[in-house]
Amino acid sequence: MTNFGVKTLPMKSRISHIASNTFREAVRDRVLYNLIAFALLLSGAAILVGQISIEIEKLVVINLGLTAVSLFGVVIAIFIGIGLVSKEIEKRTLYTVLSRPVRRWEFIIGKFSGLAGTLVVNTFFMAIGVFLALLYVSHKFVKADSLIFVALYFIILEFLIICALALLFSSFSSPLLSAVFTFSLFVVGNFAQDLRNFAAMEHGITRWLATGAAYLVPNFSAFNVITSIAHEQPVAGQLIVTNTFYALFYALMALSGAVLIFEHRDLK
Amino acid sequence: MPAIEILGLEKTYSVGFWRKRRKRALYPLQLTVEDGEVFGFLGPNGAGKTTTLKLLMGLVFPTSGTARILGQEWTDPAVKAQIGFLPEQPYFYDYLTAHELLNYYGQLSGVPARQRSKRVEEVLHQVGLHDVKGLQLRKFSKGMLQRVGIAQAILHDPQVVFLDEPMSGLDPMGRREVRDLMEQLKHEGKTVFFSTHILSDAETLCDRVAIIHKGELRGVGVVEDLTSTVQGKVEVIWQGTEIPASVRALGADCHISGGDRVRAIVAENQQDAMIDALRREHQRLISITPVRTSLEAYFVEKLRHAESTAASTV
Repeated sequence: MTNFGVKTLPMKSRISHIASNTFREAVRDRVLYNLIAFALLLSGAAILVGQISIEIEKLVVINLGLTAVSLFGVVIAIFIGIGLVSKEIEKRTLYTVLSRPVRRWEFIIGKFSGLAGTLVVNTFFMAIGVFLALLYVSHKFVKADSLIFVALYFIILEFLIICALALLFSSFSSPLLSAVFTFSLFVVGNFAQDLRNFAAMEHGITRWLATGAAYLVPNFSAFNVITSIAHEQPVAGQLIVTNTFYALFYALMALSGAVLIFEHRDLK
Repeated sequence: MPAIEILGLEKTYSVGFWRKRRKRALYPLQLTVEDGEVFGFLGPNGAGKTTTLKLLMGLVFPTSGTARILGQEWTDPAVKAQIGFLPEQPYFYDYLTAHELLNYYGQLSGVPARQRSKRVEEVLHQVGLHDVKGLQLRKFSKGMLQRVGIAQAILHDPQVVFLDEPMSGLDPMGRREVRDLMEQLKHEGKTVFFSTHILSDAETLCDRVAIIHKGELRGVGVVEDLTSTVQGKVEVIWQGTEIPASVRALGADCHISGGDRVRAIVAENQQDAMIDALRREHQRLISITPVRTSLEAYFVEKLRHAESTAASTV
């Protein structure tokens, strides 16, 4: 014990301090400025759509709004996520963190939580934008509009997977390669269902390889319910449960990989 | 109980594209630093000083060996709460202010919330950054960042402080302040382990030093022992502008310095004759001191010896 009664903090506190610092970094680096671009895009689209389309304004606003929420978030998740570990190693800011009573896995989880928190806050403000645009074009809310919350929930689950993947790649490769890997997986993941269908049609080794790849890449196509929600089609409760467990499991696996690599990495 | 025990820590890196070449950064190192000591870890650039510190901080993993700090396994988080570390050329989260950064590190180190703010203020005063505590670190100069680095290393009042090149980037005033701070830490009973290649700092501050070269320990000892090799000569200084012939006759090596002082190196057995000669010439004696090997001379000799041993084995 030292003179100040310094004591080893509970693990949860250390993780939350790292997470809140990560969030603060994103805010100070003006990441949330993307909200301005989002607001301009959505308000412009709402005004334009209100003038040129008949009966389908709502459909267009929901589709455009939620797709923008997803894309803006994905870009943020990739571009912050890839630097979370590698930037700290490169700039050596990690040295004064890991020389304190902080375990390496706590650092990874803290960073992940901070980025996930940033994306949740960002999505929250974007969601407000989507609802305001919706109110502007349809002048009232109906019960089916609550389905938008499900789409937003799926988008956030998608972000968790992307953040974890970006962190995984960031724990062993350069920011550029991490960005390429993560973005590639995001693109391929959106066609995961097509990959599965392709595998089912093939035979022999091609079938095995395609099946393996189809189940290895994140199945983002299962998270995309924007079009059906825009058409006011309900989402099955089972899909919500399946997607929740799938996203948590996938993110956990990617994070475990990141921790495993980072736990054994020399910080030169 | 020793504050630091390094028990055969060794580091070999795999280098090259296929990582097949092996490069040894540190040969098995045995070193003990006693509680309350100021210990200097000396060596030229690339000697293995930073590697040793990184191993002790758990930033790189040893190929073999272990260490104990304050009697506990060095990787134990409980130990890390009681150590402070200043990396070489530190870099911090530049979007934070000095106050925010220290508060964050205080949180991670487990400084209780009710004392944290007061302690941060104290440390900022101590390193002379209180006036700029609200400025983002991206606007700080190299010397100011070094001060922040020192502040974060002592913030949680650690028992053992590791400083990697603490004087680097500081102006003479800053260096003096760091020396004072290290003396204060010693006075408070802390153990200070610092690496440097500036020998005068080590000579002034350290109780003991170790010399490392090309990853191998070349010598450890008390500074006074290493520098007290009396070479059988004394240095005599007196006030004067010329060298009397009777003094020259004693075979003294004389130089006029500063315009009105004469400095002479003379054999120890000629010391009394020298004093008598100066009295006869009515010269005003200023000092007589034994000639000692400086730490620098010891250091250079050790390195030369290491180089010649390496050359003879090739």
